[in-house]
Amino acid sequence: MIMKISDLIHVYSPNSPFEVKALDGINIDIDKNEFIGLIGHTGSGKSTLIQHLNGLLKPTKGKIIIDGMDISSKEVKLKDIRKKVGLVFQYPEHQLFEETVYKDISFGPKNLGLSENEIEGRVEEAIEMVGLDYNEVKDRSPFELSGGQRRRVAIAGVLAMKPRILILDEPTAGLDPRGRDEILTQIEKLYQNNDMTIILVSHSMEDIAKLVNRLIVMHKGKVAMEGTPREVFKKVKELEEIGLAVPQITYFMKAFKSKVNDINDEILTVEEAKKEILRYLRSKEND
Amino acid sequence: MKDIMIQLDNVTFEYKNYEDENIAALKDVTLSVRKGEFLAVLGHNGSGKSTLAKLINALLLPTKGKVLVKGMDTLDEDKIWDVRQAAGMVFQNPDNQLVATIVEEDVAFGPENQGINPSEIRKRVDNALETVGMLDYINHAPHLLSGGQKQRVAIAGVLAMMPDCIILDEPTAMLDPSGRKEVMSTITRLNKEENKTIILITHYMDEAVQADRIVVMSEGEVALEGEPREVFSRVEDIIGLGLDVPQVTELAYKLRKEGINVPSNILTVEELVMSL
Repeated sequence: MIMKISDLIHVYSPNSPFEVKALDGINIDIDKNEFIGLIGHTGSGKSTLIQHLNGLLKPTKGKIIIDGMDISSKEVKLKDIRKKVGLVFQYPEHQLFEETVYKDISFGPKNLGLSENEIEGRVEEAIEMVGLDYNEVKDRSPFELSGGQRRRVAIAGVLAMKPRILILDEPTAGLDPRGRDEILTQIEKLYQNNDMTIILVSHSMEDIAKLVNRLIVMHKGKVAMEGTPREVFKKVKELEEIGLAVPQITYFMKAFKSKVNDINDEILTVEEAKKEILRYLRSKEND
Repeated sequence: MKDIMIQLDNVTFEYKNYEDENIAALKDVTLSVRKGEFLAVLGHNGSGKSTLAKLINALLLPTKGKVLVKGMDTLDEDKIWDVRQAAGMVFQNPDNQLVATIVEEDVAFGPENQGINPSEIRKRVDNALETVGMLDYINHAPHLLSGGQKQRVAIAGVLAMMPDCIILDEPTAMLDPSGRKEVMSTITRLNKEENKTIILITHYMDEAVQADRIVVMSEGEVALEGEPREVFSRVEDIIGLGLDVPQVTELAYKLRKEGINVPSNILTVEELVMSL
């Protein structure tokens, strides 16, 4: 197990008229090399939760153990947390600030006090990991790059810290379908080629359905549901009640099942739907 | 010509990039939008769709050609405020466009700047908030609202200017599914019940499906144009332009390729269920 969150509670503005319990007794265990999808409507507590995971917020109550280290303890150095957990914020390209791509990505490793050689190695590796060409982009200004490329540079900045756990908060927000597919393909490759645990926060049920092994659904500061995408997306009504949805293709298969009985409606992708419909239609022909 | 709301005649927009080269974000585009029409504009990032929106709102002025809003030329400096009053704009990030600390003050901001008298402002603010279903939140602080609610307040702020046309630049990009639904049903209601002309720029195909007409931009030009059903039946063209089709449309397309007899112009879950 790489992460254990126990009885986590977070209260904003305690003992004031604005007191809000944003997290209300969260218990989550995450194993090494899991690919987790975290969903929930705005205000469900997702962002508060992920800010705890890299030490931006401290729990009001409860414990977070990451890779054997109790990060909720006040003695733990932020630097040590950041080595374990990399957090990519929404619209991370807004945080690029250096004159060149190289300088921007090397900012984190420099702060770790690494040697110039080690830093260069890490920057090169991180740039390649997000699918950009090191020699082509390293001396360019981040602001000359396209939106999708800038976002990948920002992700590389986090990867250069060599985190064991990578958290991405809405990494495809504001990108067009092609840019979105590029980023998601890179994330999938990162997951497959590296010894990494990934937590993906997203509003896109279609993306989540395609990528993750396990889904955690947040609602009102609690974990409302948990399971594989197939298990969770079965619960259409419960998800809609808490402001979420299932992929359109899943809605379609449910609607189709209400018309014909002999069909499996636990479908998450267009490809799966195609296979299932063909199976159904061809079995009917053979009758 | 009387029922034309927006007319672009051979519009080109150029800017200089960091190496001082001229880049044409829009190339010789001719397009008209009818009064009361709901137009969706699709296109990948950098295709020119936001430039198009800003040209209509006179935030940008054409390098060549003409943009007419209700017959007013956006190049006519005396008309610029009339143009902006007629064609209001809503942006992607609600946090960047709400200016006041109380919802009603935010909505009143536009008409106050127009020098409208207070009793008229009062009426407009109430009407606008009622139209977007946010009247109950009139005394709330905008920063404590959900994304969908914030975006509806931003729309109310535009409505209080009494525009004939509303341009929305990816208004749901930062919202969760229920926020997206709230905003989309507000937009369709404004179009159907208030007879506002709507120009919706979006990456979401299920939103574009609800429009009367779709324009797909690519490389600064209009690449495809037509009713949603026509446009989305061209699955290969759409994907070639870096866009998606709705999942059910994609499934219908794939089934057809396998020799299954389904129509090529499927847009919704119900239609595909009926045709199988």
